[in-house]
Amino acid sequence: MKSGSHLSIWFFTGICLGVNGLLIFITGIYEIANPPANKVALYDLHANVWWGGFLLVLGLVYSLRFSPAQERKRMSKNS
Amino acid sequence: MNLALLLLSSSTLVHLSAVDLAIIVFYFALVLGIGLYLKGQANTGEDFFMAGREMTAWVAGLAFLSANLGSLELMGWAGNSYKYGILAAHWYWIGAIPSMLFLALVMMPFYYVCKTHSVPGYLKLRFGKGAQAISSISFAFMTVLMSGINMYAMAVVMRVVLGWDLNFSILVSSLTVAAYVALGGLRSAIFNEVLQFFLIWAGALLIPILGLIEAGGWTGLQAKILQNLTEQHVANPGSYTHLWSTLGSFGSNPMGINWAGIVFGLGAVIAMGYWTTDFLVVQRVLSAKDLRSAELAPIIGAAFKMCVPFIVILPGLLGLALLRDPQGHLLRLVPADQAWSAAGQAQGLHGYDEVLPLMLARYCGPGLLGLGITALIAGFMSGMAGNVSAFTTVWTYDIYATLINPKVTDDFKVKMGRWVTVIGVIISIGTAYLVMQAQSIMDYVQALFSFFIAPLFGTVILGMLWKRASPAGGWTGLLAGTLSSVGMYTWVKIDPNAVRYVALSMDAQDQAQNMFRALWSCLICMIVTIVVSYMTKPKPDSELKDVVYGLTPIPKTEHVSWFHSPIFWAVVVAAIFVILQIIFW
Repeated sequence: MKSGSHLSIWFFTGICLGVNGLLIFITGIYEIANPPANKVALYDLHANVWWGGFLLVLGLVYSLRFSPAQERKRMSKNS
Repeated sequence: MNLALLLLSSSTLVHLSAVDLAIIVFYFALVLGIGLYLKGQANTGEDFFMAGREMTAWVAGLAFLSANLGSLELMGWAGNSYKYGILAAHWYWIGAIPSMLFLALVMMPFYYVCKTHSVPGYLKLRFGKGAQAISSISFAFMTVLMSGINMYAMAVVMRVVLGWDLNFSILVSSLTVAAYVALGGLRSAIFNEVLQFFLIWAGALLIPILGLIEAGGWTGLQAKILQNLTEQHVANPGSYTHLWSTLGSFGSNPMGINWAGIVFGLGAVIAMGYWTTDFLVVQRVLSAKDLRSAELAPIIGAAFKMCVPFIVILPGLLGLALLRDPQGHLLRLVPADQAWSAAGQAQGLHGYDEVLPLMLARYCGPGLLGLGITALIAGFMSGMAGNVSAFTTVWTYDIYATLINPKVTDDFKVKMGRWVTVIGVIISIGTAYLVMQAQSIMDYVQALFSFFIAPLFGTVILGMLWKRASPAGGWTGLLAGTLSSVGMYTWVKIDPNAVRYVALSMDAQDQAQNMFRALWSCLICMIVTIVVSYMTKPKPDSELKDVVYGLTPIPKTEHVSWFHSPIFWAVVVAAIFVILQIIFW
């Protein structure tokens, strides 16, 4: 899945997790500043902040580790 | 079409915010983008139908699992765990792990060495065109039907959960799947399945984590379930959290099944049949780049499969313990037909299958809710794409290129693959609308599945391990097994008292009946195959090279350390599987 100039599947995975994590994290921060009228169960745990943050970090790690630039470097080292 | 207009303001379980919609729209854009990106890499038959046979073990393993995680899996099994308790976890553990390991270590070398494009293709090599024709036609029929039923189920979920229009959900999801599979073939389906795998976990994992915090851990959850079910006068309330200890007799557990049905019907026949011969999942492993990757892929899939009850079964159990109505009373979910009837809707009843979205709505605010809904959509789409890509391959190679036009060129196969993908989706849409007209067809899905898969396992396993099995024995056994399964099903429908003979007890519920019917049909298939084989001429050994045990030189995989050996990881997975059975005994 990584041969030639092809983008890695893990790069797409990183982008997907990162974008979703960022959106959820920002929403979580906004909710702390502006608490909603109808709160979900265990609202005080602020799951969207830490879960969004976790997905953001995971997404960043994947998208940087398998970025096209890194793939090219790996290819030139192997050839 | 304005999305906002599609959201009904009342009668829906959850309401999406702008950020939730942004997450869903981003997902659709990404899967279409991946399809467009991969279009240029699907130019030959091997590329389009087998993803170039260049997948790593991890990619093939995650796609192998993800293709199964779709459809009714997430919602349906969460609902089943609410209905049957932790017994539903058997479908993820004994109903998956031993057979996935068996596929990896015993069967995969044969599939891989003979370079078949499909399971019916293997049957052609082993038994000839008769067995291939029965298997490919029944498989094509089953995949299109399953794809349509998945599509309809997704549309219903979107209507119940979000209030989305049924036609809108069917059209958007099916056109998206058609686009990315037709553009990039199996490679695109696999790429998206890996992506969907991560999304499903990211979207669903919070529910059990937060649920266990609220319930006070596993011990607190057990106590709450016992207390709630006792208050509601449910029979055998203690059996909902025990995996094996209540399987001594049919009447002591909510499923009406005993250990023999689970071990032999589920573990030895249904699971073995599904995980080793259903081309929908086997196709993903056949795309692996070498034999070691092909052996490791199902083991990686098995490791993750063992964890799936955490996001599917546990939410159902948490629903039993924690769900309450707005007045604070215990919420009791009911069968779907009761919940969706006019009276049920008037009373605000919810069906078993709604337990996962109900738990999602309980814990997930804006953003997380969008991710959870995206996980459900991803699950449905991966299942649909799996069915469509498998249908395309079986149609092109096993029906068109074998039975209709054997001289077809590789270029034409790719063109046909793209068109058949679109046609398969169109037929699936038709099936979805057919199901809509006759909702009871949904009830027959599991039965339909057992008609074809259980006897197929008998045929394939005898073909691989017994060189005396003859071509006539192969196809007559397969036909006899399938017809006997349909016959038993019809017998019980006409005379409900026949359950005592087919499933050995009048207590047997639908799932228990499926298990025993599968067991008998597989045994009938094997007995007929053996008897007819002894009465007819077998193939000479020279024609069985690479398809039968003992006549197939298994290529030595490159020398690897014990840490990278498939057998080592199979032993690790098997050990964890045994430990889980003991913990939840």
